[in-house]
Amino acid sequence: MNDFTLWDITRNLLLAVPWTLLLSAIAFAGGGLVGVLLLLAGVGGSRWLGRIVDLYVELFQGTPLLMQLFLVYFGLPMLGIDVSAWLAATVCLTLYSSAFLAAIWRGCVAAIPQGQWDGSASLGLHHIQQLRLVIFPQALRIAIPPTVGFLVQLVKSTALASIVGYHELTKTAQILSNATFQPFVIYGLAALAYFVICYPLTAWSRALERWLTTVAR
Amino acid sequence: MGYQFDFGASAQYLGLLLRGTAVTLLLTAVASVFGLVLAVAGAAATGSKYSWLRGLIATYVELIRNTPFIVQMFFIFFGLPSLGLRFAALPAAALAMTINLAAYAIEILRAGLEAIPAGQSEAGRSLGLRPSMIFGLLVLPQAVAVVYPALVGQVTITMLESAVVSQIAVVDLTHVADFIQSRNFRSFETYLIITLIYLTLAVLLRRVLVLAGRRFFSGQGR
Repeated sequence: MNDFTLWDITRNLLLAVPWTLLLSAIAFAGGGLVGVLLLLAGVGGSRWLGRIVDLYVELFQGTPLLMQLFLVYFGLPMLGIDVSAWLAATVCLTLYSSAFLAAIWRGCVAAIPQGQWDGSASLGLHHIQQLRLVIFPQALRIAIPPTVGFLVQLVKSTALASIVGYHELTKTAQILSNATFQPFVIYGLAALAYFVICYPLTAWSRALERWLTTVAR
Repeated sequence: MGYQFDFGASAQYLGLLLRGTAVTLLLTAVASVFGLVLAVAGAAATGSKYSWLRGLIATYVELIRNTPFIVQMFFIFFGLPSLGLRFAALPAAALAMTINLAAYAIEILRAGLEAIPAGQSEAGRSLGLRPSMIFGLLVLPQAVAVVYPALVGQVTITMLESAVVSQIAVVDLTHVADFIQSRNFRSFETYLIITLIYLTLAVLLRRVLVLAGRRFFSGQGR
């Protein structure tokens, strides 16, 4: 019927990898930007803003990413915006990662001992200065390992974009599998491709964590 | 924007919604029970004296944790039949969820085991307990108590991730949503309702498990 060699399959999967990486990168950059805004709103001192940020995080962490994708994909057209699978996936994963990053970073700010706040207050710094000069520089350091760890989660999450028809690694694997009837090889190779992307990040995150604990001692 | 919301168009499908919810919860329960049993065995084996066994567990954990759940599920459901391992959709979904949860739970439990001071097992040994009793009666319960919140979180994540099983035609909550919106053409309202059901389930599941943990582990751990 058709003669897909192993190399044809591998090549097609490799060609799809940049789309997975691109979607991850955009979602991480966009999510980071929105996440910073959420973090600032959350630690700005206003109780109401803090509540709203909590609710935002809870909504994204308490519902399936697939449902969020469907809502964006079917919801945006109602606002008169024509959505491609690409736009839906980008918007959705950006919002999704912003919620997780905001939660991670708030946790890091909360982990800074109260004494740092008291000490900087006694130096006459006001709230913004405390955050900028004392709290954030310390929080930033402990935030790096879990942020890299989240990047792994994000790369894996982009696989769901295949369901709304975005042509990344998983969607390409599905198409190849339907065309060649070799699902075992194809999904195995797709998993391997994800592993090759994610494992270095996992290892890096772990190394950073080890580095932090040795520095802290 | 000129769009009339119509949430009533989903109301007639209440029976279906309940069935979908039941399937989602059933899958979560099965994956949690079997996944945690596997994870206890796996976490215990990470302390084994056999390096091949430790290597095997570590490979399994890293392979699962660094690949997407949906690809794991497709591999099991579409890929394994070429080896003669053929599963129906529901068992395939349950198997994929179990294997996935177990890998994460091994990591969590291992952290818990490491947190228990060596004095505990030394005390057990001085009382003449066998190694299996020291692990099962002394160390494991304390380790579980320490990491219980993380385990609850992982079970909740597994429940939410199970939305993907609709892609191999398991009639879970998400599959029911697809069906309803194909009938009433109210995709946004339908998916919004289903999303809120998931949110409610996640909040309730977490609360019930935390309460159960408080009863079960009172006086242990912290």
